[in-house]
Parts: sequence; structure tokens; C-alpha cells
Amino acid sequence: MSETKAAELSPETVLGEMKKHGVTHVVYLPDSETNWLYLLMQAEPSLRLVGVTREGHAASIAAGLAAGGAKPLILIQNTGLMESGDSLRGWLLGLEVGLVMMVGYRGWTRHGVTTDTAATYTERFINAFGLDYYLVESDADAPRIGHAFAEAAKTRRPVIVLVGDEYHGFNR
Amino acid sequence: MMYTADAVKAVLARRGEAIVIPGRGGRHWVPLSTRPGLDVPLGDPAMGGHAGFGLGLALARPGRKVILFDSEGDILMSLGMLVTIAEQQPANFYHLMLDNGCYATTGGQPVPNADNIAYDAIARGAGYPRAFAFAELDDFASRWPAILDGPGPVFVALKVFPEVENAPIGRRRRWQTRSRTQVITDLRAELGIVQ
Repeated sequence: MSETKAAELSPETVLGEMKKHGVTHVVYLPDSETNWLYLLMQAEPSLRLVGVTREGHAASIAAGLAAGGAKPLILIQNTGLMESGDSLRGWLLGLEVGLVMMVGYRGWTRHGVTTDTAATYTERFINAFGLDYYLVESDADAPRIGHAFAEAAKTRRPVIVLVGDEYHGFNR
Repeated sequence: MMYTADAVKAVLARRGEAIVIPGRGGRHWVPLSTRPGLDVPLGDPAMGGHAGFGLGLALARPGRKVILFDSEGDILMSLGMLVTIAEQQPANFYHLMLDNGCYATTGGQPVPNADNIAYDAIARGAGYPRAFAFAELDDFASRWPAILDGPGPVFVALKVFPEVENAPIGRRRRWQTRSRTQVITDLRAELGIVQ
């Protein structure tokens, strides 16, 4: 594997973590950066995809899935996370749903000035809800996704995985 | 127009082994139900989400019917949810909607365009294969058994009298007998789901 490849977070790695941790349903709203992951998930027989039209819908759907014994994962962008505030409060925190939310960290950068307000407010929003989160930027960070699953199960709260790679491998 | 209490009784009479999310009909359902372990009275965790919760439960338990009492206020907050439900086609999902034309819990203010919305047409347009609207109890009660015997997803709009509440929320009599987390715990136990 080239150094460049190793420094990216590949969709195969993310899908592998989903399967490893027994995810049954992915409740998602697509964005342009996740197209390749979407195609992989579509081809994965152990996953059922539930597309929503607004990110807040994902919280109540996931709560119903969890109540019925399934293991959902929410896959949305940070803009949608912020849209989901009341649903997150009522349906996920209120019903004590321990699940992983994979959130595309639009605008995230380690270099220079953050110019995208979607990134500016993301961690402030997460902290306002008192949620724990893990930042993943490359395949080397994959174990952090596993930590998020373990913490969600243990705390019965949503745990967020912020994907700060701009999904380089997801839109090839 | 019908009373919510009467609509609830019509459904209760034939609930069988179905999971019921009484939603906005909870205050009428809970005192009458004889299968509380299969009831999911959550009150209002966050408005607009009942349909999503019902969908999720139906997808997780495809072998068991799931009946939801939604409301038009919730539906109007999440119209896109109808599209998601229609795409998923949960054959075990029975989506009832209590339409009182107003926001009853906040004093009875009308929902936008209250008197001119065809919710069954919206559901059908979103892709529900079956959608109905009933304004009279007798019509609903006579058709409900056949609707329930058929496959979901099905949408049923029920025109009901408003039961307006004006007392501050903190002073209202609670009809819930269990916490939300206890409700989920009881449901899982009833369904044999390992916690």
C-alpha cells in the first residue's frame, strides 16, 4: 500500500467495521463524498439501507430499529447532524439508544484556517449535547470506530465518528 | 368526524398480536389495553418522529404487525418520511393518522391549510400502495378488519374531534404509567429480545 493510500480512509475499511460490529441497517442521507461507500453497502447482503430525506428522520428510525432488536448505524454529514438536534435529543438520548453515528466532517482541515462554517460549529454542537466523538482520518484510525461501537453499547448513548478525511476514497 | 377514543376502541378490538404505538391516542389506549407488553406508549419524544419510529420497529420485526397512531401535526413536520416508508415497503406496517386539524396540546391553533389537505392523497402520491381516509366512525370500523388483514404499508387518515389542552404542560395529568425506557425494556422482554 502506498503512503498516500495508507493516509486515506477507504470505504472498504468503513464497511468492514460495520460488518465486524454487527450492523444490520444503515440509515443514511447520501452526499457526493460517500457515493463509493453507498455502492459497497448496496452490494453487501448483510446490510439493509434506509434512505431518509432529512437527517433528523434518521434518529427516530434508528430508535425504532434498536427497540426491535436490530443494530442500526446512522451515516450523515455534519450539516445534517446539526439539523437533527431535537430528534437526537428525544429519540436517541431520550430512549437511551446506544449507536454509532458516522458523520462526514465537511470543511475539516488540519491546515490553515477553517472557512466552512459547517466545520466551525460541528464540535461545538456535539459538545452542547455532551456526546463523545472520535475523529478518523485514515485507515490507521479504524480501531477508533471499534471504540465508538464499544462505548455506544456500554453507555447506551449515541457516539459519533467524525470522518475528517473528506472521504478521498469514497468518490473514486 | 369521530372521537379518538372510539377510533382507538375499534383498533383495540382487533389488535391481536400486533405491536401498537399509540402515539397521540395514548391517553385513550393505555387504560384499555390488555397487552401492555406489546404497547409502545412513548408520549412525544420529539415531534415529527413517530412515523420513523414505527418504520424502524416494523423493519426490525417483519414477522409482526406494527400499528401506529400518528397525527397530522407530526406528518406535516416530516412529509418526507412518507417517501422513505413507501420505499421500504414494510408489509407489516399500519400507519393510522389522527387528524384533528390543529395543534391540540398547545391550545388548538390550526395546522396550516387544515381544511384543505388530502392526507391519503399525499400518502398515495408518496408511494403507499394503499391509503384511505375516514371521517365517520362506522365507515372506519367496518373497513378496518379488511385493511388490517391486507398487506402494508397502508395509510389511514381519521378525521377526529380536537381535544384541546390549555393547561400548562407541567400541570397536566400524566396518562403514562411507565417511563419510556421501561416501555422499551418491556417490549423487548415480550418479544424475547436479549437486552
